[in-house]
Amino acid sequence: MIYKVIAKDNFRKFIDVLVRENLSYGPRQVDTDAHGEPVYQYKEVSSADEIAFDYTRTASSAKHLLMPFREEMSHFSFRDDGDWDQDISYNAEPRVLIGLRPCDISAINILDDVLLNGKFPSPYYLARRKNTFIIGMDHLPLPDCFCKSLNHHTVSTGFNLFCSDIGDSYYLSVNSSKAYSYLQEFSITDPTDEDNCKLIERRKLIKHSFQTEVEVTGLPSFLDIEFDSPIWQKWGDRCLNCGTCAMVCPTCYCYDVKEEPDLDLRGASRQKQLYSCNIVDFARVAGGHNFRPGNGDRLKYRYYHHYRGFAENANQQICVGCNRCGTACLSDINPKDVINDLRMEKESCITCVLPSPPRT
Amino acid sequence: MQHLGFSHQKLRIGSFDFTCCEGCQLQLANRESNLPDFLNLLDIRNFREISSERHDDYDIALVEGSISRPDEIERLQDIRKRATVLIAYGSCACFGGVNSLKNRFPIEEAIEEVYGDHKVETMPVRKISDIVKVDFSIPGCPVSKKEVERIVVAVATGSVPSLPAWPVCVECKQNQNTCLFDLGEICLGSITMGGCDAVCTTGKTPCLGCRGPAEGINYPALRQLVSERGMSLDELDEKLRFYNCFTTFTDGEEH
Repeated sequence: MIYKVIAKDNFRKFIDVLVRENLSYGPRQVDTDAHGEPVYQYKEVSSADEIAFDYTRTASSAKHLLMPFREEMSHFSFRDDGDWDQDISYNAEPRVLIGLRPCDISAINILDDVLLNGKFPSPYYLARRKNTFIIGMDHLPLPDCFCKSLNHHTVSTGFNLFCSDIGDSYYLSVNSSKAYSYLQEFSITDPTDEDNCKLIERRKLIKHSFQTEVEVTGLPSFLDIEFDSPIWQKWGDRCLNCGTCAMVCPTCYCYDVKEEPDLDLRGASRQKQLYSCNIVDFARVAGGHNFRPGNGDRLKYRYYHHYRGFAENANQQICVGCNRCGTACLSDINPKDVINDLRMEKESCITCVLPSPPRT
Repeated sequence: MQHLGFSHQKLRIGSFDFTCCEGCQLQLANRESNLPDFLNLLDIRNFREISSERHDDYDIALVEGSISRPDEIERLQDIRKRATVLIAYGSCACFGGVNSLKNRFPIEEAIEEVYGDHKVETMPVRKISDIVKVDFSIPGCPVSKKEVERIVVAVATGSVPSLPAWPVCVECKQNQNTCLFDLGEICLGSITMGGCDAVCTTGKTPCLGCRGPAEGINYPALRQLVSERGMSLDELDEKLRFYNCFTTFTDGEEH
């Protein structure tokens, strides 16, 4: 990693050039909500002026830019001789993602673990990932951000360039030669002692600004113990099964694949759609049996996947603490309340009369 | 025809309209770019919007509209007898649709308001399955042509046609829309069957549930959240009744 400092007006010029030359996505205000608050999304941008550098959080994550919500995986053509051809391509136009938060970049690192570093790497994901230039920006946590609880309030890999706001300048963590050579043209300087101090202060400020904490230590075993907890039903009763949480989540990667003949019956396509484990047919199998017919069961397994982990990603927790799911959920189901509820239920258990085992 | 390693016959269909705007049938002629391929799968025996030829030998009957006159009952029963497969086509056929709004008023009042001095015989609106057996339903106001194509292909190739299990929220979020609840509106997207690509909510119009309930919806949770947010339950009821799609959930409730 190389560290540099750039004045904010120069940084803006740098971004403007980058954005004008490349397919780029950045935070844009798309609406004003009923309380007068701006709503942001990662959208295509064509100049620096379109980017909301002071944005809070995008309602939906940036994952669809690496893993589209819907995509054709391959197309089959049936030849007159009875044989068939498969048309499959992994091309992705180079693209720039600007303004991602540390939690968003951590989320991409987790997706890398699942989709690239496992036994069956996804060539679709790989093509996009390798052709994506990521510029991260730090921010002061929002009242409901809990990425610090999951240690994702800072990030050290997964980006080309990361910008920490130190007042009139950005303190740059340059993580790729490409980023370094681009920046040469935009009067970057080596950090002074004062810049270093400002960076430390900035990090301290961020660290101490969190208002929401979710206790996740020991959570995987806790979840195992609480498998039959009535808490799941309680929250399941509120769950609309609408799939919104998984759509906005930066790490929910589960998908559904369908194959359909073309209208002219001369070919077929294989299509993928990002899906949600909260939707009623997620665990329905051939013959009609549904392994998870109840709302509470499905909700539970979503939390299991997020906080207990799957073997594919070395049992790591895949939640990064952005609380997009909690913000988007119409029924106010959010990780903080569900996990605290679960812990409270056990830790305040009054029926448990067994003494602690004696020290030996 | 021989494709995909199996042969298929053209589907002999008839398309019929009852109390409706005939907009769903018009969708059959939509998406012009692939219309020749679509029509190639069909042998249209009876469809007054696109052909003056009328034949009574069809296997599949697409029935659009709801039933609001006694003569419609007879005609529908006759179609049922001739068809092997009867498909309720569009929200009026599947649920009663917008026409059902008149069921909320005394029938004489409705006739007086609409027809004045030119009174016609009309009765409370009923959906197709209230009168005859329905084999498959394609909901929507109007139906989605893409979905119709998918279902026609499934039938033509001998596979099982299906409808989405997910609600409108999925496609709405995929389109990165701002939730209409966040914009202060009551929206039925969370309980309504998806497959429409969230076309209304993408246009910032709340979902009125024209495609009917998604599978396994949590209706009480929606009521509860509307109430918890201090929004109007009357407005929710108004929306729920718009297409008459949610009677299974709303009937028997105190209002």
